[in-house]
Amino acid sequence: MIEGNYEIFQQIGYVASAILFIFGLKMLGKEETAVRGNFISAIGMLLAVVVTFVNVIEPLLVLSAILVGSAIGSLFALRVKMTSIPEMVALFNGFGGLSSFFLAWSEFTSYKAISPLLLITYLTVFIGGITFSGSVIAYFKLSEIIKFNGAILGKLSRYFLIVFIITFLVALTQIILQILNITLIDFDLIQKIFLGLLIISILSGFCFVIPIGGGDMPVVISLLNSLSGIAAALAGILLTNTALIVAGCLVGASGLILTLIMAKSMNRTLFNIFFVGYSEGTSGTSDIEGEIKPINAEDCYLILEAASTVHIVPGYGMAVAQAQHVVKELGDLLEQNGAEVSYGIHPVAGRMPGHMNVLLAEANVPYDNLLEPKDINPKMESIDIVLVIGANDVVNPSATEQPGSPIYGMPIIEVHKAKTVIILKRSMSSGFAGVQNPLFFKENSRMLFGDAKESISKLVSEFKE
Amino acid sequence: MEIFILLFFILVLSVFLGLELISKIPSTLHTPLMSGANAISGITLVGALSLQTSGTIQLVLAFLAITFATINVFGGYLVTNRMLRMFKKK
Repeated sequence: MIEGNYEIFQQIGYVASAILFIFGLKMLGKEETAVRGNFISAIGMLLAVVVTFVNVIEPLLVLSAILVGSAIGSLFALRVKMTSIPEMVALFNGFGGLSSFFLAWSEFTSYKAISPLLLITYLTVFIGGITFSGSVIAYFKLSEIIKFNGAILGKLSRYFLIVFIITFLVALTQIILQILNITLIDFDLIQKIFLGLLIISILSGFCFVIPIGGGDMPVVISLLNSLSGIAAALAGILLTNTALIVAGCLVGASGLILTLIMAKSMNRTLFNIFFVGYSEGTSGTSDIEGEIKPINAEDCYLILEAASTVHIVPGYGMAVAQAQHVVKELGDLLEQNGAEVSYGIHPVAGRMPGHMNVLLAEANVPYDNLLEPKDINPKMESIDIVLVIGANDVVNPSATEQPGSPIYGMPIIEVHKAKTVIILKRSMSSGFAGVQNPLFFKENSRMLFGDAKESISKLVSEFKE
Repeated sequence: MEIFILLFFILVLSVFLGLELISKIPSTLHTPLMSGANAISGITLVGALSLQTSGTIQLVLAFLAITFATINVFGGYLVTNRMLRMFKKK
């Protein structure tokens, strides 16, 4: 009697938690309700866990696993620096994928004979495995612990990835043939094939992300996020668990949308990002006219002091130099000086969707001052000074002026239309796209070389004197 | 078999719901939204809790699945919350 009632109780709990997830996600998409949205979604999770927990078989094992997981998760989440958020999100995401991977593996060990569910098991293991190992590589790339450069490694990875995917498809086809009684392989052999599949899945994730450049990381992270949701949804079918299916699909769909938004902001197709990369698309480099005009901090201060509108465009360079706090200080000083200060945020500036927003919010820049390209571009001609801080490709005028350029067509922040542009940069190296930037050579451009944080600190102290 | 058709039906509808839900988000919220969605993908925890645990291999796999899903859940929600707290209007 208890069994039957319990089942109903659990299902009602799952429905309620699905509703909470839906409202939570909806509210996460609006600035005013985002904090509450996240909280509501967490309540949904708690509810789903509690109704499942009631009939758990090994409470001791489960509790200790939860204890270990929650301690590690909380420790990471509360101690991570805001500049390291991209890699942290990537890593957590990978763990979600790994969990689905183990889940499907565990289900497999309980099979005694061939079943159509094996198809779903294979898919879950494959997608979960890719999510995990892909996220781990993304973590290493973003935290710059290991850099996977080199064209040979990239080519080799792509080659192996294709081999792995074909192998996987063959294994999948074999199961279909087996179900249709066309092939008759011993289940012992299928168990061995499955072990190979576990390894291939993990290796595929490595090979998938290794060749992808740092500038494309926002797209990769969004896609891996989507994949972790899909893996969870597939695991839900394996376990006939509706909570997993609904929540997993919500994540899968939202990740997919973000991925497409990111790709669109770079004017590239997903295929181009994942399988071609920028380097091979290069053609039609035209000569750049003009010369580089360096400027020192004192002169820069004098120009800034006279400006009545200042627009700041941050990029990955600001994140690396951890310059967001001095940038905010400079912004405040400019405002006290009577200038109107705004910030231009390109969707793919940085290493994660919305990376610059997070950093500037940490430095207490009110987000009413953060403008998207479509809002600031029409006003650009009336801006006295644009400060480009460690951004490169997202302000490259080739995107609008040179049809042969690899980044042609990518929406940019059109800083070259402002009266004066000051570019803070460490050296003359090109951006992640590997494309030369004609902005640096324009008549109205000045280069302020040096570490972004040091350069801005100098400007700040000039203002204070 | 019927049950799987039904589950598949739920899956398809949920995808469409997700697509509708997330369209039109301000770019300020891209990171928190991704991180918040990431926390929800820790729902595998619920699946991991209902795993059978007969035999050592299954016991170990269930333990690992629960641990990693819990890291995902706690880490995901806490990081998202930290980020969103910074976004508050001054």
